[in-house]
Amino acid sequence: MMDYIIGHYNYWIAIFLMMVGFYIVISRGNLVKKIIGLNIFQVSVFLLYITMSTVKDGAAPIITEGVKLYSNPLPHVLILTAIVVGVATTALALALVIRIKEAYGTIEEDEIHEQDHSL
Amino acid sequence: MDLYINIILLALMAITALAILRMTNIFAIVMLFGIFSFLSAVLFVVMDAVDVAFTEAAVGAGISTVLMIATMALIKNQEEKRPLGHRPWLPLLVVFITGAALVYGTLDIPAFGDPNAPAQKHVAPYYLEKSISDTGVPNVVTSVLASYRGFDTLGEVVVVFTAGIAVLILIGGRLTRPTKRRDK
Repeated sequence: MMDYIIGHYNYWIAIFLMMVGFYIVISRGNLVKKIIGLNIFQVSVFLLYITMSTVKDGAAPIITEGVKLYSNPLPHVLILTAIVVGVATTALALALVIRIKEAYGTIEEDEIHEQDHSL
Repeated sequence: MDLYINIILLALMAITALAILRMTNIFAIVMLFGIFSFLSAVLFVVMDAVDVAFTEAAVGAGISTVLMIATMALIKNQEEKRPLGHRPWLPLLVVFITGAALVYGTLDIPAFGDPNAPAQKHVAPYYLEKSISDTGVPNVVTSVLASYRGFDTLGEVVVVFTAGIAVLILIGGRLTRPTKRRDK
């Protein structure tokens, strides 16, 4: 039982972080905070992938004499790409926030809806 | 020993995420997010993903935080407003149902660090065996990123380029305008 909990602890914390990020995105009105929620969600996905790539007593995937067991390099490559793309999308989102602030004078979601009479 | 560090770091990340959720000061939230990213970078080192760790530390914790602080300087908004009649029950319900479904999905997943997990058995052994003879690069992550999957990386560059152009179109010439208006 204890082994089972320790073996799945990483996945559960990753899911917990994912849900915290998701909650921030859907329940908070401040746009900057929403973007940070999305980023937390993103980091939790990285965590999930790297957890899956880890091999117990494995070395980092750099080929060395006398080392037999390595971690799985493929998720590392995928996540390396995801981190860089994630920063690019964050930059774009923040640029949109700046434009919204210029156009509406606020970055609170409910005030934007009020000005648009859209809710 | 690695396992204990792993457990403690994950607990710290969970606490940081909850602190981000509770805080209303945007600057504090951005700083906590930087801490969160650094904690994840340390965790990646513990989990033998060194390349991911230094990318996360430099790009995730460094550039993201700088971008967010730059945004804060431009929008001059320090406090998050909480509407008084705000009911958190619907979002909480959605989050709990989604989380429960995801936890249910992990119940029969192979345990952390299992060397016989299906993810470890398929493509990865090929890269680990052939990397030196195919590309001559001892770091397998580099050889997959730049050689075996070079076109994926090219696609990534296209994404970053597109995002850069989009940011320039959105805020390129506008940053100086509000101060000029004030001068008149």
